[in-house]
Amino acid sequence: MKSSVMRNALGWVGLYGLWTTMIVVTIIPIYWMIVVSARSRVELFDAPTLLINSFYAPNYLKPLTDPIFQRYLVNSLVIATSNALLVTALALLATYALSRWRLPGADNIFFWTITQRMAPPAAFVLPIFLIYTRVFKIGDWTLFDTQLGLILLYCVFNLPFAVWLMKGIMDGIPVELDEAAFVDGAGRWTVLARVVIPLVAPGLAITFILSWIFAWNEYLFAANLTSVNARTITTGLAAFVSVTGTNWGEMAAVATLAILPALIFLVFVQRYIVTGLTFGAVKE
Amino acid sequence: MRSNRMGWALLAPTLAILAVVGFLPFLYVLYVGLFDWNPFSNQLGMQWAAVNNYRRLVFDGAFLDSLWRTGLFAFVSVSLELSLGFLLAQTLVKNFPGRTVFRTLYVLPLVMAPIAVGATWRLLTIPGFGPVPYFLDKWFGIDYRLGTFADQAFLTVVLMDVWHWTPFVTLTLLAGLTAMPKEPLEQAQVDGANRWQVFRYLTIPMMMPVLLTVIFIRLMDALRVVDEVFMLTSGGPGTATQFIGIHIYRAVVPKTDYGYGSAMSLLVLYFTIVLCWLLFIALAQVGKQRE
Repeated sequence: MKSSVMRNALGWVGLYGLWTTMIVVTIIPIYWMIVVSARSRVELFDAPTLLINSFYAPNYLKPLTDPIFQRYLVNSLVIATSNALLVTALALLATYALSRWRLPGADNIFFWTITQRMAPPAAFVLPIFLIYTRVFKIGDWTLFDTQLGLILLYCVFNLPFAVWLMKGIMDGIPVELDEAAFVDGAGRWTVLARVVIPLVAPGLAITFILSWIFAWNEYLFAANLTSVNARTITTGLAAFVSVTGTNWGEMAAVATLAILPALIFLVFVQRYIVTGLTFGAVKE
Repeated sequence: MRSNRMGWALLAPTLAILAVVGFLPFLYVLYVGLFDWNPFSNQLGMQWAAVNNYRRLVFDGAFLDSLWRTGLFAFVSVSLELSLGFLLAQTLVKNFPGRTVFRTLYVLPLVMAPIAVGATWRLLTIPGFGPVPYFLDKWFGIDYRLGTFADQAFLTVVLMDVWHWTPFVTLTLLAGLTAMPKEPLEQAQVDGANRWQVFRYLTIPMMMPVLLTVIFIRLMDALRVVDEVFMLTSGGPGTATQFIGIHIYRAVVPKTDYGYGSAMSLLVLYFTIVLCWLLFIALAQVGKQRE
């Protein structure tokens, strides 16, 4: 009896010890970044302390008032939002088609595209770059260094995942509901708008948010397919490293700004993130 | 029943975009890989090279090294993530006070941009003001210099990956554990099986599909890692952390060796597809056994 109480107590100590350690280890890198972003150059090279004693605002104000950085921020917002809207709309139509019609061969196409999602992105940088600069060319205009170029490109990564995710949700809606509406004289589009969309709305929201986060976070293509006009915040962040005499405080501030929207979105998608990241293969 | 035309019409925009930005580059890279093409070399335009680029690859020491290094990195980090993730997931199955708070804080790294993950780890490890080198030196007398010691750089990159992705492994395995039927486990305990036997003969087999899915997704992501490593070490010191993604990138973008780069891209793509396919077969086999 006594020994089982002891073992129980040990179990609790172990459990909380383990989780406290995990949380400390998880939080420290993020916390340290915020600490650095709050310090001036001089304060940084004192002996490291983990305390925030003062807040050095110029680290944040300087990038935020810089027109170039503002453009990066606007580009990231425009690209992520347009891409997420496009992906969600296309995935809605595509999965409605896949679940309501028998389309021979269509599933294979998506299996093929999902392997692309798995391929090293570096393998696609070159072909996409060449196609953007040499194939899609009207006079002086090319897809290179345009917001449209990145919006379309991120579809390659987001669409297969969105279709896999939405397919499961769409299949869960009984066809009888559609048919009942047809009997009442509704057309195809009315059914989609009045019956299907309200039922899959939560799925659409998850698709939108996860696509948005991916497009916002992407770096490699954004860095290689843009030069001036369509640069995004992630490329702005990476640029801090290659420039000599890095201003670490400012870099930490930009990094903090870059992870902020995704962390806010996380609150909304936390329950669905497993489903999203495993392409619907594992449900929570 | 109904005509398929409307179905295909609804699917058409999706297929069109995937064909143009997804499939076309694939064909293009296949084509370019058969030529010698470097726009900044002294020979003009594309020279027919047949399979010479591929022949060169087989004897390219740097390429093979980087492939091996990527494999090692993927194996080590995914093994660590799986072991730690499984342990953590098992502690989360039962509710306890504070569980939701722990879980919420723990998944924060999951949605961070990889480039920002690289930035946070760089800030941690910079000699001069980063806390990691400072405290390692002060407490353990360890000389930690990311830019000098290859082993330390490799280890740090592995730890960064573990930090970034173990939450994903944990959450997914937790979802699997929660969905598992409880009766067989309770029955086994009644029959006198010990914890290890339950884990080995019941939990593991029942979790196999979820485990394989996690391994599949994590392995693919680890093999294609670029952003965070690039930000933390830029592939160095030397080539200690130059994984295949960075290697291809280096060959293609700064050196503009388009023909050879295409061949390399295609070969890696081929490896990935084969690996995907093998894992899918394994998944399907397990699925069949369960039925």
